[in-house]
Formats: sequence, structure tokens, C-alpha cells
Amino acid sequence: MNEAVSQKLTFKDFESDQEVRWCPGCGDYAILKTIQKTLPELDVPRENHVFVSGIGCSSRFPYYMNAYGFHTIHGRAPAVATGIRLANPDLDVWIITGDGDSLSIGGNHTMHVLRRNVNLQLLLFNNEIYGLTKGQYSPTSKVGTQSPSTPDGSIDKPLIPCAFALGAGARFIARSIDTEVKHLAQVLKRGHAHTGASFIEIYQNCHVYNDGAFETVKNKKTASDHRIDVQQGEPLLFGKEKEKGLRLNPGTLKTEVVSVSDVGLNAILVHDETNKTLAQILIDLQEPEFPVAFGVLYCNPASAFVTDLYDQYSDVRGKREKGDVNKLLRSGHTWFVD
Amino acid sequence: MSAPNLDLNTLQGVVVRFAGDSGDGMQLTGTNFTQATALYGNDLSTFPDFPAEIRAPAGATFGVSAFQIYFASEEVSTAGDDLDVLIAMNPAALITNINDLVRGGLIILDTGTFTAKNLGRAGYAQNPLQDDSLDDYRVIKIDISKQVVEAVKPFGLSHKFAVRCKNMWTLGLVLWLFDRSRKATTEALANKFAKTPQIAEANIAALNAGHAYGETAEFPAGVDIYKIPKAVVEPGQYRNITGSDALAWGLIAGGQLADLNLVFASYPITPASSLLHSLSTHKEFDVVTFQAEDEIAAVCAAIGASFAGSLGVTSSSGPGIALKAEAIALACAVELPLVIVSTQRGGPSTGLPTKTEQSDLNQALFGRHADTPLPVLAARSSADCFEVAIEVIRIATKYMTPVILLSDGYMANAATPWKIPDFNDFEPFPVKFHTESEGFSPAQRDPETLARVWAKPGTPGLEHRIGGIERDFETGDISYDAANHQKMTDVRKAKIDGMVRDIPDQEIAVGEASGKLLVIGWGSTYGALLQAVKRARLAGHQVSHVHVRHLWPLPENLGELLASFDRILVPEMNTGQFINLLRSQYLVDAKGLHKVSGQPFKISEIEDAIYEELELIK
Ligand code: SF4
Repeated sequence: MNEAVSQKLTFKDFESDQEVRWCPGCGDYAILKTIQKTLPELDVPRENHVFVSGIGCSSRFPYYMNAYGFHTIHGRAPAVATGIRLANPDLDVWIITGDGDSLSIGGNHTMHVLRRNVNLQLLLFNNEIYGLTKGQYSPTSKVGTQSPSTPDGSIDKPLIPCAFALGAGARFIARSIDTEVKHLAQVLKRGHAHTGASFIEIYQNCHVYNDGAFETVKNKKTASDHRIDVQQGEPLLFGKEKEKGLRLNPGTLKTEVVSVSDVGLNAILVHDETNKTLAQILIDLQEPEFPVAFGVLYCNPASAFVTDLYDQYSDVRGKREKGDVNKLLRSGHTWFVD
Repeated sequence: MSAPNLDLNTLQGVVVRFAGDSGDGMQLTGTNFTQATALYGNDLSTFPDFPAEIRAPAGATFGVSAFQIYFASEEVSTAGDDLDVLIAMNPAALITNINDLVRGGLIILDTGTFTAKNLGRAGYAQNPLQDDSLDDYRVIKIDISKQVVEAVKPFGLSHKFAVRCKNMWTLGLVLWLFDRSRKATTEALANKFAKTPQIAEANIAALNAGHAYGETAEFPAGVDIYKIPKAVVEPGQYRNITGSDALAWGLIAGGQLADLNLVFASYPITPASSLLHSLSTHKEFDVVTFQAEDEIAAVCAAIGASFAGSLGVTSSSGPGIALKAEAIALACAVELPLVIVSTQRGGPSTGLPTKTEQSDLNQALFGRHADTPLPVLAARSSADCFEVAIEVIRIATKYMTPVILLSDGYMANAATPWKIPDFNDFEPFPVKFHTESEGFSPAQRDPETLARVWAKPGTPGLEHRIGGIERDFETGDISYDAANHQKMTDVRKAKIDGMVRDIPDQEIAVGEASGKLLVIGWGSTYGALLQAVKRARLAGHQVSHVHVRHLWPLPENLGELLASFDRILVPEMNTGQFINLLRSQYLVDAKGLHKVSGQPFKISEIEDAIYEELELIK
């Protein structure tokens, strides 16, 4: 339909002319590259991509993408993005946000964009810290995080972003990691293919204020014991030799890590993206007791907000005459004075 | 205003107020009486006044809901000062309204509700029907509750539903009293209760019974059918319109003239919600309505819609506008069109949510961080909302700027007759989106208006970024350069200032362009100011009236106008906001007249202030 598509875009086409200004070593660089590489594979004309962000390090993202972009205000990107979608249902909208932006100041909008199932992708770069304001703890920081505002360690309990999303009614929830190009690209494509709101949490290393926050799941030496990469229809196994697995204890119904050789492969839970109960189990897995789950944790499509809204409009329009202002002004009781 | 002599059977004008419990259906009664009066051919103005509680306990004074109408054979521009006729459906309605009734005025009351319990709730130590406290008035005492139960007996309604027809019985009587036709009400009832014909018929029977009662009953001396001759008005097609409908229709019309789809995003708040309700019923037009999760989301969705090439519109009242302030400043920064409707109410905070006030002018003008000037316009009457809505859309799209439209609770709910304009007479102002990629920069401006270019997502070759960080004047890229920030701040201001070349010179509502006293106002005080000035002029005084629509930027000739009068009187329903603007802009010595009682100005209050000023001159 469009020249841009037929010419086949490359990642270069999505690089803007702006100098990228994140700290050297920041995980955001890797995410930017992966997204620039993935977009050409989506068969969407470049001019239809719109990146919308709030405030924070990650929210500088739109400036570096050669697409349409709107760097808005703190926490409000989901609301702006919803407006963009309402105005033009043909656009492909990406929200770029961080843990503070989307879960602290903007928690309400994140909840509602997911609840409504607005057709868009929400990419939450979770670095468990406030980077741009110089290192205060965030709503996802682990208890005990020492920061300029919590010199003796933070005491409030962190939020699990994917759990928030599931609770808000998200129909697509996935988790990935900044530097894992293949994994992230895969998850992005799945999220893009999903109609409705796709919630994608990306563990993002803040090199300056929270370096190594995700080391256990990123480091090749430790990762196999600390993470579980889910695949639709596959048993939930992890460990160097996939020797460990997850099961529901038949007596207590509690999730537990078991040795496959002890219980047999048949006793291990099998991943089913459409199963909300299983999604809750996977999302709740926390270190150190459990491995952290990555991949598409939940995908259970339902009708999407903007589609439904326009359907309702065409439905009503089908039953009425096209609007005519002069008729509107004369509708109801009127009278003539001669 | 002098009390009409209710001994005469032909009157120039009458002020009637229907008052009852919030569950008594007084608003519906008033609306139907208004319709019948409009069809009769009187000029009229209404003032619905209802409590914040949806269903206050029956009989409580704070639950009294009232609907006032002034109708006359002369020009009407306010809902009237003092009441000639009060319909009181219970003791609470009587005690809270009787002080507004002129001596010799007529009271119609439902004796059936004057029980010990209701009298106690209203705060009456003794029954006013049994002492001499009503001796100064003409009183028609009817056990309406009993009458109505009798009248609707054939329909087999429960007692509860039967009594609910009380308002229609009363309406029937009042229609008889002023010689109005029941036809429009009968049709409206049949329509409203189309699904429950039994209820429709019972209500119509009650209406007819009230009317018949008028024909047969004995009334106090002199009380009989009153005739108010038709008003002389310009020929044409007319309708009654409330401010919120006029505003909704104006937005629809403005969207068409701009050749744009509208995205109306709002969050429920009294008294602004009716705009959302009204627009959501018009899906046959290119208007998408969106009830957002909060005020901030509403304005942000509207801004997103404007970025994407629709016109974003949001609406609220003072507290909600406060929440939107950060986002409005973003719209100033990124220079996108946005319409913000502010329907003012009594404040601060929750204040008096169902009462009217003009205390959010300062908020509209200055209520944002940083240097963020934006155009502010105020409608002056319910019908005027239509034109002002079109004008704000013209300005927002031509100058790529947020614009605030000020309305208020009084205007939003009050109905006035409106000579329906021909939409074909309005000049279209179609928006042209930028499509040329050659040499494109998101920062490019129209050299004349200084408006930034509008290039919408989906347009090939124009991919660009906007945002809240200061942007380079030439390229639109982010820039922290000191000189550039100065330049950008200056150009944003110059753009708004420059609009004065595009807005009409300030007209004089009545009077000469110079003289002893200028009465100047804005917003819904128009009717009261106009009448007061007209009366003073009839009495031979040199007074003029100016009513300002463009509150920012102010019309170019306004300073000169102000300088041409010896004295300036600025009545407004706040403690002095517009007056401060006039003083600071023009260094004029003006005097304020302030009222924040939740009620609109009476004509007499303005008149008194005019005389006080004139005496000072003498
Ligand atoms: S502060 Fe942290 S998150 Fe922000 S740019 Fe620097 S490394 Fe990245």
C-alpha cells in the first residue's frame, strides 16, 4: 500500500539524527537498537509508528527514533497515546515508559490503558531506580535500597510490574531483558501482533545508579538457575541441564521447585499462555526462592477498545442520517415568528 | 423592578419560581412551562437552581430544588429579580424562597405537605398556614397531593407513583393561570414515557386535572387568568437552548467549519458533565467522546488527539481545570491546538458545585507554570455559547494553541429563546495539514500568524518528534541553548499577542463610546448589566455597557474605550479578577462590584451600583 513498505525498511531508517544522550553503558542503548532492528520486520509503514513517552531516562527514547514521537509529561503517556489512537485508529502506537513514570506518578493511567485494552504496546523499562533525578529509589526498588532519599535503605515494599498489569486486566504480558536482542525482538513481535494493550516489561540496567540489579538473571553463569524462559506448550523447566521444574504441590497447591528426576516430567507444569491462573503463578515467582520467568507469560486476546469504539460508531451511524448542523439546530421544539 | 399589579389581568412581565423537594420534579416542570411560554410568544429567560445533593432527605431545606422563569412582552435578558409568583410544594420550599417574593405576590402551595414532620424539618415553629405570616401575600392553598391521587385513580398506580404526578397537576394549574397551551407538555409526556403508557396517561390526566381546577375553583380576590402579550421579536425560527447544548452544538459546528474530527475527552464533574452527555448523543457527527479515568487523562487524551490530527477538546470546572494545568502548559510548549471548556462554579475546592460564580478567570489567564499565555474567551449567554465555541476552534486551529472557553453553571443550565442561525452563513476555516516533506521542519511557522506547522502522524516523510523539552527555533530539535529559550519564549508570547489583529474591536452593547460611566463585564452577567444600563439610560443617565468576549488577548481598542469614560464600574461574580486585569493592563481607576453568593446578579443590584457611582460624579 505504501512505498516505504515495498522498499523494505532497514534499522537505519529508524535512526534519528539526534545524538543519543544516555549514560555510557546504559541498558537503554541496547533496547533502542533492538527496536530499530525489529521495526522493519513488522510491515508497518514508518510514518504509522508513533512513540509516546512520559518523563525519565527511558522517556527520551522517542527523540532517537526516526518515526513520529511525542515526549509528553510525567506519567501521562498512556493517556496521550489513547488520544492518538482515538483520533487515528490506523496508527501503530508504542508507549515507552519507566518504573517511576508508569507505576508511581502514572499508575492510574497505566491501569486504565490496560483495563480498556487500548490497541497499543506499552514498553516498561524497569531499572528499579529513578535515574534522571539522580538515583532515588523507585516503586520497584527492592526493600533496603540505599539511595539519596533513603540513605538507611528503603522500607516500602516493591511492586511487581507484571502483577500490576495482570491485576489491571492486561491481556498480553511479557518480560524480557535489555541486552538479549533475540529474546527481546521475539517478545516485541509477539506484543505487536497482539490486538489490544500489550504490556512488556524490560529489565533495564541503570549503569550509574543501580548497576547489576538484574545480574543473577543476566549473567551466563547464574542465569540458568535464576530464570525460567517460558515457551508455549513446553514444560516449565530450568537449570543448566533443565533438571529442575515447577509444579503445583498436589497436597498444598503451592508452587514449588522440584527435581525432574524425582517427580517425572509429567508432574511439571506446562506453559499455557491463555491460562490466567498460571500467569499469576509465573509472575509471582521471585528470587531467591524461585527463578524469574521471562517470555510471553500471558496472552489471552479480547476485543480492543478503539476497535470496539469505532464499531459502535459505525453501528450507530448505520442507523442514523449523516449529521447535518442545520438540522441539529432545528431538532426538537422550534417555533416561527413572522 | 416594580411589582406587577396582580389585580390587573394583563401584565408586561412575570417572574415565576417553582420550588419543591429535589424529588418533586421541579426542573421538569419548569422546562415544560418554559416550552409552553416560548410557544406562546413571550420573551423569556430561566434559572434552574438545584442542590448538590441528588436526593436529600424529603422535606429538608437543603434539598430544595427551584426553577425560575421570567417571561414578558418586552425584551428579557435575565431570569428576573424578585418573584411575582412562588409555587411551593412543601414547607421547606416556602421557607427558603418566600423572602424573594414581592409583597402582594402570589403563593400556590400544597397544604397536603404541611404536616408536623415537614414543618419541623423546614424549621417552622408554627404552621404558617395558621398564623399571620403570609398575610402580605395572596395565597392559594390546595391539598395538591389529595387532588392528584384522586385524578389518577383510574390508572391504578400505587400511592407512591400517584403522588409523583403532583408536579404535572401543578403545572396544569399554572398553565391555566397564564393562559398557556398544554399541548407541548402532553406531547413531551407521551414521548418521555413512551415505554410506560400508563405513567404517561396518568401524568397527562394530572396535568388536565390541575388545569380544570383552575377553571372551576374560587381564588383570592383578583386572581384570575393573567395575559402577558406576545413579545415583539425579529421574525424567524426560534428554539429554547441551554448553554451546554449551545456549546455542544457550537463545537460540532466549529469542527465542521475547520474540517476536522473532534475528540472530546472529559471526566464527570458538576456542572460541566452535561457537555459530555450532550456530545455523546451525536455520533452521527464526526465527534468521538471519551470518558477518561481522570481530569489529567482527559486533557492528555485531547492533546494526543490533536497531535494525531483531530481537534482535541476537554472540559471541566475549576478543580478539574487545576488538575489539567500541567498538560495545558505542554500544549502551549508543543504548540498544538486544544480547546478547554471551563464551566465555572462556586469555589474554592468543592465549594458550591451546583451554584454559579465567575471566580476562575484568574485560573484561566494565569493558572499554569512558566510563561504560558493563551487565548481566553467567555460566552455571555446560553445562546452565545454556540458562536463562542466556533470562535475558539477557529483560533485554536489557526494559531496552533490551547484556548480556554469560560462558561458557568448559570449559563450551562439556563435556557433562553434563540433565533436559530443558518449554518451556511458561517465562514468555513478548513485546516490544511502539512504534507510537503521537502525542507520540512516541525518548528516551521506561518510568518504572519506565527503558528507552528501541523503535520500529522501517518504522513510519509514528515516523521518528527515533539515534546516538553525546549525546542530549537529552527529545527525543533531539543535545545538547552539560553538564547534560543529567550527566542522561543518571545515567539510564543508574540503569537498570542499578535492575535489582537484577528479579533474584532470591542463593541458597545448599549450607549455611547464615551461618557460619565462605563459598566463593563464579561460572561453570564451580560443580561443583568444590559438591563440595568438600559434602565439608567431611560432615566436619562449617561451610562454605557461593554461586555467583553475576548478576555485574552484583549481587543485592541479596549484601552481607548476605557479612557473615554469618567468612571468605570466592573461588576463580576468574584472578589475582583477582571478588574485587576483592566487595572494592570490599562492603568485605569475602576471600581468593582462583587457578589459571590452562588446566585446571579439582580438587575437592581447593578442599578444601585450605577446610581452610587453617578452620585459620586455629581
Ligand atoms: S541514569 Fe541510569 S537509566 Fe538513566 S541514562 Fe544513566 S544509566 Fe541509563
